[in-house]
Amino acid sequence: MNSRDLILGRIHAALGEPARPDEQPLPRAYATAHAPDDPAALLDLLHRNLADYRARVHRCTTTELPQRIAELLTARGTRTVAVPPGLPPGWLDAATAELLPDDGTLTAARLDRVDSVVTGCTLAIAETGTIVLDAGPGQGRRLLTLVPDHHVCVVRAPEQVVASVPLALPRLDPARPQTWISGPSATSDIELDRVEGVHGPRTLDVVLVTPA
Amino acid sequence: MTDTFLGMPAFPQAAAEAVRDGQLRANLRHATHTIRDKRARAVAELSDWAELRAAGKAIKDHTLRHLDRYLVQLEESVTAAGGTVHWAADAEEANRIVAGLVRATGETEVVKVKSMATQEIGLNEALAAEGITAYETDLAELIVQLGDDRPSHILVPAIHRNRAEIREIFAERMAAWGRPAPEGLTDTPAELAEAARLHLREKFLRAQVAISGANFMVAETGTLVVVESEGNGWMCLTLPRALISVVGIEKVVPTWRDLEVFLQLLPRSSTAERMNPYTSLWTGTTEGDGPSEFHLVLLDNGRTAALADQVGRQALRCIRCSACLNVCPVYERAGGHAYGSVYPGPIGAILTPQLRGTASPVDASLPYASSLCGACYEVCPVAIDIPEVLVHLRERVAEQGGHPAERAAIAAAGYVLDHPALLTAAERLAGRTRALHPRRLPGPGRAWTDTRDLPEVPAEPFRDWWRKNRP
Ligand code: SF4
Repeated sequence: MNSRDLILGRIHAALGEPARPDEQPLPRAYATAHAPDDPAALLDLLHRNLADYRARVHRCTTTELPQRIAELLTARGTRTVAVPPGLPPGWLDAATAELLPDDGTLTAARLDRVDSVVTGCTLAIAETGTIVLDAGPGQGRRLLTLVPDHHVCVVRAPEQVVASVPLALPRLDPARPQTWISGPSATSDIELDRVEGVHGPRTLDVVLVTPA
Repeated sequence: MTDTFLGMPAFPQAAAEAVRDGQLRANLRHATHTIRDKRARAVAELSDWAELRAAGKAIKDHTLRHLDRYLVQLEESVTAAGGTVHWAADAEEANRIVAGLVRATGETEVVKVKSMATQEIGLNEALAAEGITAYETDLAELIVQLGDDRPSHILVPAIHRNRAEIREIFAERMAAWGRPAPEGLTDTPAELAEAARLHLREKFLRAQVAISGANFMVAETGTLVVVESEGNGWMCLTLPRALISVVGIEKVVPTWRDLEVFLQLLPRSSTAERMNPYTSLWTGTTEGDGPSEFHLVLLDNGRTAALADQVGRQALRCIRCSACLNVCPVYERAGGHAYGSVYPGPIGAILTPQLRGTASPVDASLPYASSLCGACYEVCPVAIDIPEVLVHLRERVAEQGGHPAERAAIAAAGYVLDHPALLTAAERLAGRTRALHPRRLPGPGRAWTDTRDLPEVPAEPFRDWWRKNRP
């Protein structure tokens, strides 16, 4: 007997035959969200929770965005920026750093020598301070946001901000690879002292952008 | 189950050694108290915690009752998404499958994401026997691996090491495994983390094969989920050409929607965060992004035996958050190593004897490695009634009567037997069906349960007690 049949046979034996009856619907009395359904309040909550996990949070309007991104890169001393395909034209218009568009051939080793990466996101979850990337347009392959030490991530409010995890999941496509990011990489393995960054970007700049 | 813990002394002896280790006890006490206080605050933020907990319990129970159906569905979804599914009845078979898959890639090095399932089956040792080197990439696991040590906590495996020891391990051992530690390394956590970053990055950039576990697998979509903090998981899951995930069959959940429950329960119970820094979700393979080859090894290794036990089965609901360890007065004193398996603390005391059986002295003594205070049940996000299972397993061990295990088991039980009223109350209660909400003991036990949030330290220090009473 192969192991698949063996394991399934053990499960049948453990649970008993004949077929188990179907039962009551699962209890889902928990809340859909814990935050008020108010875009301004949600944005403030997202801001607070991101900052609480030591992301650096900035706000501006769509008109101010290119200038703001350029400032963040300059302040960091960035010389090269990885750019995912589909990043809205104009976001990097004011940047003086060298742009390195990802055409699918950038290797991890090359990205290891890149200073920053600038991306959008799929959505952000206010209650948990989480940004979700799903490798869609303006976000790029997963390694693009992982290897460089500095990540600038733009969240478009209010349309990309949801209150909670239960409200986020239905908007996400399970077929796409996803990375949920809540603050920069962190470890507490050494005497429970929190240290930013072992592997992922150690600096996460999140720009919350609202219509002009 | 694995070679790693062969020759382990039974719980009482190992615990007696641990309680004499002042450094270990101080580290553990600091860790468990810090995490448990933070956890209580993180949980208090959600007004619907009881409902989330009830849903988590119900989803897992439902899944277990239909485990065959969901595993077959998972297999179909993963296969349709470009992955390959393998079934492993025991540790030996899982190791053989993984070694074969690695060999087929032509590689002799793999990077690993921290995974209890692969520790349980002794995968690193099995790969080493095949000439394959497995690099642990979680900072704590790296400390454990370089120190030729064993993990002592689910969440903070190197909690028994302080910063000076870690510095020493890095300075002395890193060179033998790859990039050496920088000259003049000090013991500040930031410098130690930086040394680990450089050491491990060299490995990530070179690695062609990664091995992981998973926190959840979604039957409906074939999605696997890994929850982590450092980014080493993200590295392993996306940079190499081939990814092999070894996952216990109990980790399946039916639907994508079910993640809304567990992604709320797990981070708050575990690291006391609203959300852990990184969560990776992937479904099979994606053209042009991440590994082009994905293998899922579904592991039984005693899980179906636990499933067959109607009382013990609930241990399979465990999402490995480690909250029960941090509130356990026995764990706090004895440390993780005393439990003789990769699953320490209260969950280890009920899971390990079910996975391995109770034939060996260490496994027979585990159901007694508890005071039955009930704190573990209170914090468990999927409401596993650990005291109930402990009492149930004690009966099983007692039925083995005359077995050499008995002496060890009875010695461990002494801790509880020393407080007979407590035992009676707890056992009486254990037979009842329980609600999900905090319970109160009847009669004379009431005063004791009123303080149960922070279990009372016994009047006589545990250390002294062991010295007098150990066999
Ligand atoms: S038994 Fe419960 S509290 Fe303990 S690790 Fe498992 S899920 Fe967490």
